[in-house]
Amino acid sequence: MLEQSILATSVWRGDAEGGEFQRFEVPRRDSQTVLDVVTHIQQELDPSLAYRFACRVGMCGSCAMMVNGVPRWTCRTHVSKVSGNVSGGGGELQIAPLRNLPVIRDLVVDMAPFFDKWTAAEGVFRPSETRAAPMAKVQPGSPARAAANAGIECINCAVCYAACDVVAGNTDYLGPAALNRAWTLVNDARDGGQAERIDAVSSEGGCHNCHSMGSCAQFCPNALNPTAAIAGLKRETVKAKLGWRR
Amino acid sequence: MLDVRLYLLQRLTALMMIPLVLGHLVVMVYAVQGGLTAAEILSRTQGSLVWGGFYGAFVLAASIHGAIGLRAISAEVLGLRGVGLTALSWGVFLTLLLLGVRAVYAVTAGGPA
Repeated sequence: MLEQSILATSVWRGDAEGGEFQRFEVPRRDSQTVLDVVTHIQQELDPSLAYRFACRVGMCGSCAMMVNGVPRWTCRTHVSKVSGNVSGGGGELQIAPLRNLPVIRDLVVDMAPFFDKWTAAEGVFRPSETRAAPMAKVQPGSPARAAANAGIECINCAVCYAACDVVAGNTDYLGPAALNRAWTLVNDARDGGQAERIDAVSSEGGCHNCHSMGSCAQFCPNALNPTAAIAGLKRETVKAKLGWRR
Repeated sequence: MLDVRLYLLQRLTALMMIPLVLGHLVVMVYAVQGGLTAAEILSRTQGSLVWGGFYGAFVLAASIHGAIGLRAISAEVLGLRGVGLTALSWGVFLTLLLLGVRAVYAVTAGGPA
């Protein structure tokens, strides 16, 4: 039954100048993912379709796209979950490049602004010791380590960045992923770049622009909560400003 | 749009306004029991340092709070940046402050004292 039905799929085609949706009819299959649909189109229907993927198992964070208007990791998104139940057919899919990032071609966006903001948020580990120093002792149960652990499984897929309405309205805003990364490092006892990081996330595009709408937490495929991380940064930056931070 | 200084100012002014708003509402509801005239209001407020201070603080907090809020909104919705954004923020702050101080002055200055 499922094998015979057809999935009506609209895929955005174009480049930085603009574009439009193109219709494809894709055979519906069992356990089919959105990435399977895109791959079918590229391999069987139109080899000129540009898209990006690597691991296909939700580790690398390269296949995120807008699926029916919502940012998703397409390799781990089953068609059955998102295509709706169009009677007599296999449902409908609309696939577009990630929001809030410049399009290069078709479903491929330029991730440079996203990663530039990781750097701008001081999302880089700054060692406080040399490699000759003994291994740092970090208690796994300490509050700081627990806070870092909560945010550490980010795969840099930019789903949160695409979901964020503050990013959409303010291109200077560092965004949920970069700030979440900064928060994990603020809670890293081994890091020696805290003052610079606090300054970086206190700047004009920093954590204080977050309206706590929570789209990042809602759409994060790894169920992280950047909204909570940003709230943590707000607390720490205020403490630093008032001189209450150690 | 919002750095830590503006963020803090907006939170602090919000904190200030919580008791002020409540005080304003409670006194208003209490005072209108059994009717109220402009003369009655002025007789209580004119020459009163307490009411001058109360509403003076209210006006200052509201001017700062509102200007920062409108700054964020105009940056995100209208795309204002740089000098334009700074000018708008200060403009809103000074306009609200001027209007508010004028009103506070009008009801507290002079009078029978």
